[in-house]
Amino acid sequence: MKVLVAVKRVVDFNVKIRVKSDKTGVETANVKMSMNPFDEIAVEAAVRLKEAGIASDIIAVSLGPAPCQETIRTALAMGADRGVHVLTDAELQPLAVAKLLKAIVDKEAPRLVILGKQAIDDDCNQTGQMLAALLGWPQATFASKLEIGDAGARVTREVDGGLETEEIKLPAVVTTDLRLNEPRYASLPNIMKAKKKPIEQVAPEALGVDVTPRLVTLKVEEPPRRQGGGKVGSVEELVDKLMNEARVI
Amino acid sequence: MPILVIAEHDNQALKGATLVAVSAAAAIGGEIHLLVAGRNCRDAAAAGAQVAGVAKVLVAEDDAYAHPVAEDLAALIVPLAAGYSHLLAPSTTFGKNLMPRIAALLDVAQISDISAVIAPDTFVRPIYAGNALATVQSRDRIKAITVRGTAFPAAAASGGSAAIETVAAPGATGLARFAGAELARSERPELTSARVIISGGRGMQSGDNFKLLESVADKLGAAVGASRAAVDAGFVPNDYQVGQTGKIVAPELYIAVGISGAIQHLAGMKDSKVIVAINKDEEAPIFQIADYGLVGDLFKIVPALDAELGRRAGKR
Repeated sequence: MKVLVAVKRVVDFNVKIRVKSDKTGVETANVKMSMNPFDEIAVEAAVRLKEAGIASDIIAVSLGPAPCQETIRTALAMGADRGVHVLTDAELQPLAVAKLLKAIVDKEAPRLVILGKQAIDDDCNQTGQMLAALLGWPQATFASKLEIGDAGARVTREVDGGLETEEIKLPAVVTTDLRLNEPRYASLPNIMKAKKKPIEQVAPEALGVDVTPRLVTLKVEEPPRRQGGGKVGSVEELVDKLMNEARVI
Repeated sequence: MPILVIAEHDNQALKGATLVAVSAAAAIGGEIHLLVAGRNCRDAAAAGAQVAGVAKVLVAEDDAYAHPVAEDLAALIVPLAAGYSHLLAPSTTFGKNLMPRIAALLDVAQISDISAVIAPDTFVRPIYAGNALATVQSRDRIKAITVRGTAFPAAAASGGSAAIETVAAPGATGLARFAGAELARSERPELTSARVIISGGRGMQSGDNFKLLESVADKLGAAVGASRAAVDAGFVPNDYQVGQTGKIVAPELYIAVGISGAIQHLAGMKDSKVIVAINKDEEAPIFQIADYGLVGDLFKIVPALDAELGRRAGKR
């Protein structure tokens, strides 16, 4: 079974981001970029399916400017077989990404698409659900356990109240939550091998998708700063302050 | 055109986050309709009709909606959407799962987790774990939105008298099926609606040690939460997680115990009214946002706090 994973290049999760002074966005020049952590979990899930003899071929797809190729290489080093890079400098919003992915899915015909549940830059949490909708496929979001059968899958999902299990037909879209697995680090030999794996490049136009943003970002600002840093010396003082100063207990 | 709010409920009662979504709809302005899709959900629909500001409740009943999946709800809602300017759902796992599917089928963008309404087509939403706020304007005819649970006051649960109308239910698509749930049962309040929360992090060292927090929680009527580190370490289940990818909370009082304060955790709790941090590391980032920081060994401080609260409760 062919499996497709989508991987996004984002500002590394350890970077303290800075809002640009002209309020047009967040500073991304000279900032460390990495694969979105939830997408690493998606790649790991696909590689484990291959190791279990369920997946035959893993295609890693990334969409965006030239350096996204590095993100695809990371996926290849983790164990994906080949890459597709939708090369564009245009701003891509989740609906456009879902349409581009659909075009690739139509061509590659995977039985399973795995994506991270959300990207840690725009925090949208939309693309997997949108892709499933456009394909007319079932979706199992926020997966913490994945069991693949012949015609369907059984997916345990992390929901607000605890865990929920769904049975879905295949083909399907699955989005990953944190507890699905712990992604591996690529070994040096695998990083070397990944350099020889093929990456196909395509333009959005070649896929027949209009990527014009539907949402216009008017401004990006810093949130109001919280005044913190107060200290107390003892438990008695803490309880006193909570009762008599803050009046919250 | 009216606004449709998609209710999250358990067939008997509405979830609190639904009332927050109604409140966001009121901020947008326009007639508000509430969709209650369920099975034997008359009580939830009747509760919806009481909510202040709701003009009409649409009820869709089908066996498939007893524990609805997004595939089936989207099939119900997409045909209704043409009559609305806005579709709103709470930014819970329910809404986050459902709304993008509806939006894509309508060929419109989805606006996630809004924290303010600027104009009927313009909204503020946090990005980068709340370290930046984006103001976005929609160009779409229908605005599909999820609403941050801590950003709007809950609409009053009573005072309304909406008409209840039944709508046709297309039922199951057969794509996906609910197969079971392991939901946490707790006597304590729910994290997202609790007035006080006490959360533990990696510093708790084990799940067993969370009993220390539970004892304090019981004295304060608090919910118990956790950082991602504590959940990943298996101390507590995933539904405890507060943070960028877990629950977003804003209680009156948030007590962070043995939590260093990674930005991903701060993203979930920094809008709390009062923050207390208990940590042995004086340099921990959590102290920078805490109103009251107490540096020291949590295994001494938390039992002392528990005893002090018990002593004062005895006096009152």
